[in-house]
Amino acid sequence: MSEESAVVTGKKPFVPGKSLLTPFNIIAGIIVIVGLFITVLRFTKGLGTVTNLDDNYPWGIWIGFDLLAGVALAAGGYVTSAAVYIFGMKRFHSAVRPAILTGFLGYALVVFALHYDVGRAWRLPYPFIMQQGTTSLLFEVAACVALYLTVLFIECTPAPLEWLGFKKARNIAVKLTMLLTIFGVVLSTLHQSSLGALFLLAPSKLHPLWYSGYLPVFFFVSSIIAGLSMVIFESTLSHHYFADKMDETHMNEKEGVALGFGKAASLVLAGYFSIKVIGIAVDNNWHYLATGYGAWFLVELIGFIALPCLLYAVGVREKNLTLIKWTSGLAVLGIIINRLNVCLIAFNWHLPSEDKYFPHWMEIGISVFIVTVGILVFRFVVTRMPILYEHPDYKDSH
Amino acid sequence: MSISRRKFLGWLGAAGMGTALGSTANAASNKHFSGYPDSVGVLHDISRCVGCRSCEAACNKVNELPPPDQPFTDLSVLDTKRRTTPEAHTVVNKHELAKTPVFNKIQCNHCLEPACASACFVSAFKKTAEGPVSYDASVCVGCRYCMVACPFEVPTYEYNKAFTPRVMKCTMCYPRIMEGKLPGCVEVCPKEALTFGKRDDLLKVARKRIEKHPDRYIDHIYGEKEMGGTSWLYLSDVPFADIGMREDLGVTSAPQLTAGALSGVPLVVGLWPVLLTGIYAMTKRKEKISQEETAEAVSLAIAETEEKGAEKLSAALKKAEKDKDMAIQKEVKKALEEVKKTFEEARTQEETQEEQKEEKA
Amino acid sequence: MHEFYVLQEFMLHTKGIVYILMVAILLGMVGFWHFLTGREED
Repeated sequence: MSEESAVVTGKKPFVPGKSLLTPFNIIAGIIVIVGLFITVLRFTKGLGTVTNLDDNYPWGIWIGFDLLAGVALAAGGYVTSAAVYIFGMKRFHSAVRPAILTGFLGYALVVFALHYDVGRAWRLPYPFIMQQGTTSLLFEVAACVALYLTVLFIECTPAPLEWLGFKKARNIAVKLTMLLTIFGVVLSTLHQSSLGALFLLAPSKLHPLWYSGYLPVFFFVSSIIAGLSMVIFESTLSHHYFADKMDETHMNEKEGVALGFGKAASLVLAGYFSIKVIGIAVDNNWHYLATGYGAWFLVELIGFIALPCLLYAVGVREKNLTLIKWTSGLAVLGIIINRLNVCLIAFNWHLPSEDKYFPHWMEIGISVFIVTVGILVFRFVVTRMPILYEHPDYKDSH
Repeated sequence: MSISRRKFLGWLGAAGMGTALGSTANAASNKHFSGYPDSVGVLHDISRCVGCRSCEAACNKVNELPPPDQPFTDLSVLDTKRRTTPEAHTVVNKHELAKTPVFNKIQCNHCLEPACASACFVSAFKKTAEGPVSYDASVCVGCRYCMVACPFEVPTYEYNKAFTPRVMKCTMCYPRIMEGKLPGCVEVCPKEALTFGKRDDLLKVARKRIEKHPDRYIDHIYGEKEMGGTSWLYLSDVPFADIGMREDLGVTSAPQLTAGALSGVPLVVGLWPVLLTGIYAMTKRKEKISQEETAEAVSLAIAETEEKGAEKLSAALKKAEKDKDMAIQKEVKKALEEVKKTFEEARTQEETQEEQKEEKA
Repeated sequence: MHEFYVLQEFMLHTKGIVYILMVAILLGMVGFWHFLTGREED
């Protein structure tokens, strides 16, 4: 009876064989059902029925949030594997698998979300098989995302292969680690920056405070911040819900990961803040700061770049893990806001406010649906496969 | 903002680093692309337009678009600001200015360096040698990046089609031009506000008109340089900004805006693996050295301990030997003494026995 | 040689070649690294 109530309170809601009617599962179930309903509408009635997109705003939150923010937040995979395998920070090793898994799921969901957004989803391979629009930054993004998704998939395979007991295949996949890590960093550098470069084409539409020749660098650097923060954020949540799945190594290294990644994030945020300020200076945009958009820009610059930078630093100095965890949430939120600013809020700034875009509830519904699917798959995997712990057969094999 | 700086920044940005100076930011270096010779265009003299909407009607008919909610003869439509839609490739807007209403016609400007073509990742848009910018719906994925890219806000999308949505925009009546006919709107214009011809000739015509009536026209041919130039050109007797035409677009063409970022891509591909492998090799070497150093230190410590141990051992052995000798000597002495004692005891006993014998006898 | 009148066309052509080169570079780099370090023990 006491175990039953533990299930219901949701402290450890994922004990296999127990009742599936937890509050989490019920909410997730409703979201999935609504999501499937909107999906049917979307693919039978068209974009017009489920979105508020129009000819001035061809891109809505499915691009601004699902694609731009989604790809940035999935940067944890390349950031962590680079730190551990290339820079040799072996003490973060236990963070690699969850980070790669989150990265893979993130990218898979981005591609999934794109099927909703583009007019003819079944033509998504056309840039590769029909005509290559090589002058488009979007071609670059598409190629890199497709390749990187493959890289992440292979990087992910050791866990399920260990779970299934395919030793030989698992060892081959592990042997490719270094190669895949370097490929992953190259591809990530390219498409993270190219997502920013998408908007280089539209200087007349994006507000000058956000439009900058530095856009690709801004997007790349902030993706590192997003990646580091997401690893901390995700590990906090995992620890809350899947503590029983974590082995001793993971538990022991967890604090070090939070401190190390928090320190790195603070440093990168400091650099990001610097180049953002330089960005204002090189285009001489100081006078825009006194406008309404300027105030919003300052909220982003001070509240979501300088503040998390400072809070991370204090958290690391004082070894205050709680502060670091909350700051990771703030930093992640800051990156999401930045992507929405570039893609939606500061985009078409010249248009009168009645022509501005606000998402249809069904667009938000699909975004929530996709995030929920991600969480459900993550839960399915970590409760079964050696993600948060090492498989007993492969201990010390790295 | 100067072109070169913008390009430089973009290039720097995409490269993600500040090194490798000296390479040129422009993809085409100093080569200048002046567009297809003899390509055609249309000159729109805004001062001549009366807002009759005949061009809209002709466009609708020529392109076989669905009939509008209100007939084209209904001029009250002009009271609200409109933009192009999937059902209307061209729209006329009325602007109530001080003197009289001024009308401007919106449609695809057919850029010399189309932003839509630059943006399209399946290369569905193409600047044709004849002048029009064509669109191929058979490869279009529907990402709508072209609509984001277009500085004139022209392309529209068939959001309400579930299976075959297309980007819709003016084609400059490309098929008709190829047949030697005029574009629908030009043919029907009652005021000759629209002039069709080779772009180069149209520029000359426009300049002549400005020269002839300097008091009437604004001394600017809109479209000659905007965003790298357009095939559709405009003359006006009121400032272009007053009739909703943006004058802040700059003269940099779309491909120039992205050339920097695009040329950064192969740099990253070429140099990032070198850098990363280098860092990896250094990390590995460091690890190896530190491993070797640890191993050396351990073996040294072991050797020292062994040496000390050996000394101790030999000392102990020596001591033991000494002790042993002493012990032996002691034992021998003890044994001898014991033997002596026993012997003496035996002798005394013998003596006593003999004494007793003697006494008995 | 094909004459280009439009920068966008020119870039379409050159970037197409560059993309092929990039694939070659990435693959070649792997091979070259193996050649470079092939004689090392370990």
